[in-house]
Amino acid sequence: MENTASIDINFYIILATLLFAIGAFGVMVRRNMIVLLMCIELMLNAVNLLMVAFSNKYANPDAQIFVFFIIVVAAAEATVGLSILILAYRQLRSIDVNLFNKLKG
Amino acid sequence: MMATIITQILGALTVASAMMVVLSKHPVRSVLYLVVTFFFISGLYIMMNAQFLAIVNLIVYAGAIMVLFLFVLMLLNLNKEAEPQTAPLVRIMAAVAGGLLFVVLIAAIKDEVLVNSDSNGAKISNIGLVENLGHTLFTKYIVPFEISSILFISAMVGAILLAKRDKQIND
Repeated sequence: MENTASIDINFYIILATLLFAIGAFGVMVRRNMIVLLMCIELMLNAVNLLMVAFSNKYANPDAQIFVFFIIVVAAAEATVGLSILILAYRQLRSIDVNLFNKLKG
Repeated sequence: MMATIITQILGALTVASAMMVVLSKHPVRSVLYLVVTFFFISGLYIMMNAQFLAIVNLIVYAGAIMVLFLFVLMLLNLNKEAEPQTAPLVRIMAAVAGGLLFVVLIAAIKDEVLVNSDSNGAKISNIGLVENLGHTLFTKYIVPFEISSILFISAMVGAILLAKRDKQIND
């Protein structure tokens, strides 16, 4: 750590990108729809972490305001997504995403 | 030096619990590991002088959204049926694709940082406190703030309308 102020920004870049890649890996590998929505939340949190890191680095509060709006949109997205999930579960009796291709047509 | 070590330990624990979210078989365990991940991320926010955001993250994510996930999970009662597993080939392909995404994103962001890494901000910043954030939110970002309230109302109405058990809508 040659940066004297605090921990290096590269640490947060690597950490947030790693969290984002883990979330993307989860979206690809899991078939449970609830776990898919949770992996999307994980990716949103990775972006939030990087935004707060840059906000701290440049001493600028705008990025933290954007993190607020990301949290707001994530809450709305989780609500609507889970209600769609309940609706699909009533039709199909399963939350396997491979069965949801019947929704088209 | 102490803060650096704490931050690195928190980062390692965050990555480990995020991996457990993806890898654990039971969905309830995934939800609980995600709550743990959010706690560690809030700890990282505190280490980055974003105290108010850490508390908001705990209340909204770990308190509200994760409880909503847990409610839906209990409501659907999925315990008796086993979750369908993906093929091993798909798993390997997903791991390779995730690793490639990591490498590409690192390569894309790293150059951008190295250009202006010398312009360091304030040493001890108190921008994460509620006073500064509230001032910024209610002066500069007042219009997106009001629009987000419309978004919340539409999400609430949409969720109730979708999940309502109505014969005329279902048939």
